[in-house]
Amino acid sequence: MTTELVQLLTPEGHRVDHPEYAVDPSAEELRGLHRDMVLARRLDAEAVTLQRQGELALWPSLLGQEAAQIGSARALRPRDHAFPSYREHGVALVRDVDPAHLLALFRGASNGSWDPAERNFHLYTLVIGSQALHATGYAMGVAKDGADTAVIAYFGDGASSQGDVAEAFTFGAVYDAPVVFFCQNNQWAISEPTERQMRAPLYRRAPGYGFPGVRVDGNDVLACLAVTRAALDHVRTGSGPMFVEAFTYRMGAHTTSDDPTRYRDEAEVEEWRAKDPILRLRRLLEREGHADEAWFAALDEEAEALARRVREIVRTMPDPDPMTMFDHVYADGHALVDEERARFAAYQASFVDAGRSN
Amino acid sequence: MVTKSLPVAKALNEALRAALEADPKVLLMGEDIGKLGGVFRVTDGLQKDFGESRVMDSPLAESGIVGTAIGLALRGYRPVVEIQFDGFVFPAYDQIVTQLAKMHARSQGKVRLPVVIRIPYGGGIGAVEHHSESPEALFAHVAGLRIVSPSTSSDAYWMLRQAIRSDDPVIFFEPKRRYWDKGEVTLPDSGSAAGDAPPGELHEARVARAGTDLTLAAYGPMVKVCLQAAVAAEEEGKSIEVLDLRSMSPIDFDTIQTSVEKTGRLVVVHEAPVFYGAGAEIAARITERSFHHLEAPVLRVGGYHAPYPPARLEEEYLPGLDRVLDAVDRSLAY
Repeated sequence: MTTELVQLLTPEGHRVDHPEYAVDPSAEELRGLHRDMVLARRLDAEAVTLQRQGELALWPSLLGQEAAQIGSARALRPRDHAFPSYREHGVALVRDVDPAHLLALFRGASNGSWDPAERNFHLYTLVIGSQALHATGYAMGVAKDGADTAVIAYFGDGASSQGDVAEAFTFGAVYDAPVVFFCQNNQWAISEPTERQMRAPLYRRAPGYGFPGVRVDGNDVLACLAVTRAALDHVRTGSGPMFVEAFTYRMGAHTTSDDPTRYRDEAEVEEWRAKDPILRLRRLLEREGHADEAWFAALDEEAEALARRVREIVRTMPDPDPMTMFDHVYADGHALVDEERARFAAYQASFVDAGRSN
Repeated sequence: MVTKSLPVAKALNEALRAALEADPKVLLMGEDIGKLGGVFRVTDGLQKDFGESRVMDSPLAESGIVGTAIGLALRGYRPVVEIQFDGFVFPAYDQIVTQLAKMHARSQGKVRLPVVIRIPYGGGIGAVEHHSESPEALFAHVAGLRIVSPSTSSDAYWMLRQAIRSDDPVIFFEPKRRYWDKGEVTLPDSGSAAGDAPPGELHEARVARAGTDLTLAAYGPMVKVCLQAAVAAEEEGKSIEVLDLRSMSPIDFDTIQTSVEKTGRLVVVHEAPVFYGAGAEIAARITERSFHHLEAPVLRVGGYHAPYPPARLEEEYLPGLDRVLDAVDRSLAY
């Protein structure tokens, strides 16, 4: 497998060369990648805690996938578009989407309140793999416009079994759509290991559809950055999609509702803990003298400030006004919705404590 | 403006042509719609005139067609996609129900998905299985979708133009057995805004024939059958009002109510199975609205709770003239 896996940074924090993929970030960029990963992990950990405290209904943790998400997201240009599944909190952070939007969704206060056109980061998609087609259709539109924009579709190893993902590969290929299919293979689809989804490595599927596929060490932020950047450049040339399989690991549970001790060995988790994406970049930064103790301490403080902000956002988040469930069902209005809204309003108003039915 | 006698299929073709001319963001996509012009020739000649980039033959994958149409709409396009036959829409059902219908609401109004899904539907053409179904109720149950079906050439033209202009997703059910029925259509001049105004609202029901004794409410292919039933009933001295509902979501209950409060009797007719069908919803709502005006329970005539039968049996399955008249008699007997 090692010969197939693009790696530019070993778990011990040593740089390695690759004949095809290279990246030479400045010290500032290296520190930026590290900062993004640390902030993403802190946001994630705080959200898990808030779920345990009953403040969030659910949270799908990204723990272990920071390099895959930050590396790929940092490869995007501002005008590029990202279509996430529901675990791409790191990508959202890089795209500068206010965490309040993600937290509202998992608190049960919204179903996705951000404007996709504002940060070119589309709505989370909970039905597995559906967004691969949206990304492909978007990219087909980009191709018609002749625009210098690339699209990235995020999905996981479980989604690779979905028909929509297969259809996205076909549509992307036959219309030469500028889309990168970025699969975070985190080895587990809730309780099902990859043996339940595939019999051949995922990245080898791509040539069958007529476009290149590559497997990258998903815990190596430099390799993820380099490979995604190359993939985005490739699709920008108009020669069709590219597939990137980021080989990584879901260190936590599928979501806060899941109990992975029922189906996987702790030894496997330990093995991957040694490949931690943040630790290896820290080792590089320290070895090459790009960051000192004071810098790391300042970053920790910034991460704590983010956590405090996350807590503040969630604890002060109001429940939506019940009337809003009738809003935006249709863009142009609908007689039935109008009738039901009016009836509901009258019902609400019939209570002495008008406005609250409970 | 010019008034022409056109078959329904040709009226749809003219509507697509006019939409492609009027708005560069309008795109057509579907299986065999390009070079072939569609299996019913509704898109005949359009790829030749507008090019492969705007009239796209798609891979044979319905979920892919609707899913990429969503992506194209997110990019600012107005895709009009064709599902080749009613029974082939189900691979796309997930994209339609969980994505297309909900994204406007999920984004709190920030995303608009002006996607039209054209589906030739219904029986009566002696087809093999999965080619004669009427699944409209399965879509009308989903908030966020608009569901319409024309019954005449004029409505075929104008309702499709209106559907394409809508900022909401519209499922446009085309009565395939009426594709070759001719009717008058007043077409606006090409490239001119003059006369480019539709004769009515997209979701308004139409009184297809006035009457005083009983109301027949139908849409799509069944309007013609109901009009024939009204003619036959007239010979027996019964005055039947026929409503062409035109829209299944929303339903123009006001027009039905006005008619029922005049006639006191209502029979709803559709090809789709009666169980959980549009007739059930109409019966419930009209009973609520017009309880004291009703002289008889609202009756329904439609398909049975059985898979659509082999074509040799479809005349027994589909509501024909006799079954509609039987329901008329039963209602009047109360």
